[in-house]
Amino acid sequence: MRHGRGRFVAGFLAAPLAVYLIFMIWPYVQTLMYSFTSWGGFSNEAPFAGLDNYRQLLSDDTFQAALLHNVFFLVALPLVTILLALFFAFLLNVGGRGNRAGVRGVFGSSVYKVIFFFPQVLSVAIIVILWDALYRTDGQGLINFLLIKLHLVDPNHPLQFVNDPTPFLGVPKVLWWILIVVVWANVGFYLVLFSAAMQSISKDIYEAAMLDGATRVHTFFRITLPLLRDSVSVAWVYIGFVALDMFVWIFALTPQQGGPNHASEVFATVLWREAFTRGQFGYACAMGVAMAIFTLILGAIQLTATRRERIEL
Amino acid sequence: MASTPDTVSDLSRRTLLRRAAAAGLLASPAAGLLSACATGSSDKPATGGDKSSDNPLGVPKDSAVEVIVFNGGFGDKYPATDQQLVQEKHAGVKVDLKFTQKIKTEMQPRFSATPPDLINNAGADMMGNDVLANQGALLDLTPLLDAPSWDDPAKKVRDTLAAGTVDSGTLNGKPYALNYVYGVFGIWYNAALFTSKGWNPPKTFDDFFTLAEQIKAAGIAPWVHAGKYPYYMGWPLMDWIQKLGGPEQGRAIDNLEDGAWKTDEVKQVITRIQEMVSKGYVLPGSEGLSHLQSQQAWLDGKAAFIPVGTWLESEMSSPPDPKDDREPKGGRKIPPGFEMTMLPVWDVTGGDKMPYGAARTYAAESWVVPAKAKNPQGGMEFLRAMLSKAGAGKFSELTKAPTVLQGGADAVTGSTALASINNVIKGVGSNQIIVRINDWYADFYNGHQGPIGELMAGRSGVDKFMDDMQRLADKIKKDSKVKKQSR
Repeated sequence: MRHGRGRFVAGFLAAPLAVYLIFMIWPYVQTLMYSFTSWGGFSNEAPFAGLDNYRQLLSDDTFQAALLHNVFFLVALPLVTILLALFFAFLLNVGGRGNRAGVRGVFGSSVYKVIFFFPQVLSVAIIVILWDALYRTDGQGLINFLLIKLHLVDPNHPLQFVNDPTPFLGVPKVLWWILIVVVWANVGFYLVLFSAAMQSISKDIYEAAMLDGATRVHTFFRITLPLLRDSVSVAWVYIGFVALDMFVWIFALTPQQGGPNHASEVFATVLWREAFTRGQFGYACAMGVAMAIFTLILGAIQLTATRRERIEL
Repeated sequence: MASTPDTVSDLSRRTLLRRAAAAGLLASPAAGLLSACATGSSDKPATGGDKSSDNPLGVPKDSAVEVIVFNGGFGDKYPATDQQLVQEKHAGVKVDLKFTQKIKTEMQPRFSATPPDLINNAGADMMGNDVLANQGALLDLTPLLDAPSWDDPAKKVRDTLAAGTVDSGTLNGKPYALNYVYGVFGIWYNAALFTSKGWNPPKTFDDFFTLAEQIKAAGIAPWVHAGKYPYYMGWPLMDWIQKLGGPEQGRAIDNLEDGAWKTDEVKQVITRIQEMVSKGYVLPGSEGLSHLQSQQAWLDGKAAFIPVGTWLESEMSSPPDPKDDREPKGGRKIPPGFEMTMLPVWDVTGGDKMPYGAARTYAAESWVVPAKAKNPQGGMEFLRAMLSKAGAGKFSELTKAPTVLQGGADAVTGSTALASINNVIKGVGSNQIIVRINDWYADFYNGHQGPIGELMAGRSGVDKFMDDMQRLADKIKKDSKVKKQSR
């Protein structure tokens, strides 16, 4: 019986494990192997190049700028998204007048919840089309049109949005405009995540605090935030992944897929260009490996930084 | 969790993995052996069947020919004619037509071991022919060019092609690609508007600047361009440089010569272009418009001139793609009474080395035969059929675009646009502006767009532009990984 069960289980595991090994692990190993070659992608010849690709990475300006852009998103994206999501979630769940009918959200909170979650339902392609119309750079762009009508923007110098590489706070403006889009697209999901977590916090705690005279600000910082620590930490990891990736957003929203003039390049767009337009698969693989190492280091830092004792409810 | 694929997008992760897995399997020794069994030899092209006057290329008996066609602006109707031509000539041979828009995505993993016999390498997802040629992945098409033509056995295929066709597909000194569609770059205006306003189309930059004041006074921007894709502006820019500086200047740029971008001619042209920008003659916001948006803005009468190639009319009269975020709001619309008319690039000064009328003709939409194709003779035979009067005629009839077959589009008539294009092509004569650097070096094509974008956005100046371009050319010249071309 026991023996039969073992075989039964193994029978089920073998196929998925094989698929996993062939389609996940083996490509990783190959990427590592190719990163030491100058394989071009269109032939069987992959001449061994030693550490040349890695040496080249160290002197590649575009790659290094791209790395900094990823770091910008890594810092700004979780920060803005989580703060906004927390703020909205708090208002929707416990931010309303709590003195008469117990703790509840602001008026119409269920409607807001749907509206905020809406971008999550849309595919990235649709979001891009939407924002492309908003961000259009001439007088026909939705935002430019309104601002020109309101005399806030000079019709001869409309806003350039994702076509503007000039820096704002040391970061190309195009990245800020993209940040807005990605935050808009993601904030709804985390709002719902935090809402769910907040609803699991007993209302009694809030009511007790309010009886003692705590304000909304107090309850947020003393009760909500500490009890949401786990959710926030998870959210941070998820958004961190988005920030390290960003490929779809940059690729679809910016001119020249990482432009203008390379001002919005990230890891993934540089890797894509090296491999698929320049035919430098070996070099691109080296980038992939560097990216993996970078991610692993960040993951380790993240895990150690957020490790903390759990609060029992 | 924290490993490579999570850092690439979901979308690209899937394709990347699929490619990596597919390419990896193919490249692994075992698969290499398998494919060697399938093709007879993994490195040399198949030897083919017996050659005869009826079968000059030696298409093997009863063989299959796999043809991959880019399903883009020219549609998927025309290859059926060529398929029929080949199958009628060679009973038993079967042509298998496959259509796709994702040429690179689908072909790249197949290239190392099991490529098809002929690829229409075109569209936004095309593979760089320079990249392919440098890796020895393409077959030399000389046998096709030297074969007797389909309609007249006394004439070689190469002698039936329009001037410059063979050169346009030549890389590393060998004709690796055959470009099928013929066209010309120019500057478009609305003749009806100009007649009603009493404006004359400019023949020189001075004319343009004089006229620009009147155009602007009428509430129209004199110039618009597809700033989101700066290579559109690159066409007139590089044409003007060569027109002023002559073929030597053009060769110097193509050959990556030292200081090619630092000449007085380049400076004069860029100074004039920058003047257009600084005087406010460019539609505000052009620098972020897509090709379709800028073309629609021009059709809507918001701007007077736009630099585009021959395909403008067919592009703007095709149905819009609802999934494309570059579509203009309100769709593509050619207003009634609009007379699309093409001009050659106007003179830069009174002393241009190339006379008025000089323009850049081109052959585009490349077709290539992979070096490891199972039936390369079949692939080339299909191309030979495409270059027959029947094949090319049908193509032009269906797509309203001329092919590289001389006189192939004689039967095609049409609009003011087509008439003006024919005039421009006739006016070129021997004064062809030739620019090869974009096809020769993917790095240049990618890299030159930054400086042009910055120039047109008014963020850089003449000297900065010249420095940037020279630095780009020097970088390519110094890059040992890039194989150098020259003409």
